Amino acid sequence: MNSSFLHFSSITKKIWMAGLGLFLMTFLLVHLSINLCLLRNDGGEWFRTAAHFMGTNYIIKGFEIVLFGGFIFHVLLGIILQLKNWLSRPVRYRVTNKTPTPFLSKYMIYTGAVVLIFLVIHMFNFFFIKMGWVGSPVPFLQEGEPDFAGVALYLFSQPAYSIVYIVLIIALGFHLYHAFQAAFQTFGLDHKTYTPFITRFGICYAIIIPLGYIIIPLYFLI
Amino acid sequence: MNLTLKIWKQSGPKEKGKFVTYTLKEISPNCSFLEMLDILNEQLINKGEEPVAFDHDCREGICGTCSLYINGRPHGPDDAVTTCQLHMRKFKDGDTIIIEPWRAKPFPVVKDLIVDRSAFDKIIQEGGYISVNTGGAAEANSILVSKPNAELSMDAAACIGCGACVAACKNASAMLFVSAKVAHLGLLPQGRIEAKERVKKMVAMMDAVGFGNCTNTYACEAECPKLISRSNIARMNREFMCAKVS
Repeated sequence: MNSSFLHFSSITKKIWMAGLGLFLMTFLLVHLSINLCLLRNDGGEWFRTAAHFMGTNYIIKGFEIVLFGGFIFHVLLGIILQLKNWLSRPVRYRVTNKTPTPFLSKYMIYTGAVVLIFLVIHMFNFFFIKMGWVGSPVPFLQEGEPDFAGVALYLFSQPAYSIVYIVLIIALGFHLYHAFQAAFQTFGLDHKTYTPFITRFGICYAIIIPLGYIIIPLYFLI
Repeated sequence: MNLTLKIWKQSGPKEKGKFVTYTLKEISPNCSFLEMLDILNEQLINKGEEPVAFDHDCREGICGTCSLYINGRPHGPDDAVTTCQLHMRKFKDGDTIIIEPWRAKPFPVVKDLIVDRSAFDKIIQEGGYISVNTGGAAEANSILVSKPNAELSMDAAACIGCGACVAACKNASAMLFVSAKVAHLGLLPQGRIEAKERVKKMVAMMDAVGFGNCTNTYACEAECPKLISRSNIARMNREFMCAKVS
């Protein structure tokens, strides 16, 4: 992080933040499509195949670096912007602001922090095993690859993990609820006809994608 | 109406402030909010106490001088009005009203409820103008302006620079104010010439004086007494992006 990065204007930082956010949202869709393979009653075979493809394809591996970089940049920008926001009002009001505003829009930094916690747990359970930094709760595959389907099935078989997973995914949904429409506003894409559609699409995305993720632990819980 | 007022009192920019409680009796519901404060001040002066300092000027909702944060809302509980247009009928008999100054790092308290809003002037000085040579006025119709653009520009020009957008924003962001000025001038052909430099300089100054970042909560739009639209912020973001890449 060099000094020129810190000296980006507030709007430039926001544009980067929004662009990376939309990029990460598309990743969620791809990830969900793979996760849904777990619902097939084949002992995780489809999921294993998809995970093997994602783990060995060079283009996907390249994107993995972009994804990591994008996520870190998104988090860093979020922290930098939030610190400036807090510093911009050193003396707080005695009466909490009662201006009618969209409820979730005020808590993006907090829902974002929860998503970050979720990601750390997720990395611990999957990426760290792949890197050999932590042990796997299930045996490796014969090819020497970690058995991510086995890990996922093992984790979802534990109700406590599944409940925490669901709660964290709901926080992700709250984050997305405001993020989608806000990203378009930041890009300056505001239009009488299209903005209401973008807002509705964002709300649908923020509901459908988390629901898709939540269905999987629910399937194993019930 | 009988009221209890809790008002922020601070004798100077460097002094420590505190809330002071006052009671007022038999206030007419038809009284404006500032008239109610005038009555309070008269009573305080008659008692030999120091009156409450607050900003006011035209008292017609057009100058943008009045600036009170009343019970958690800039300009009080009414919509699309300045503090001077707020009337006591919006409150109930026996209410406790908490009055605070605008709170933002670039708006330091001068005294009591008065804040220094010269940070806005600094932003305007960076580009909130068009450069025109002096001389005889040109024929009005020599530069054509489209009707939709003229309307949008006039809507943005309604901004009175009161600072309610900053006061309402959880981040103390001035994006609505700056974007109104950028849109007001940039939508007209006379303002297009300097549009790129204007938006870059005004945003740079907005950041430099310490305003926060926009997080699209739209509290600014909700509290603006002149109903300045958040679409101006989108327009400024667009204009800023284009100015940076061209």
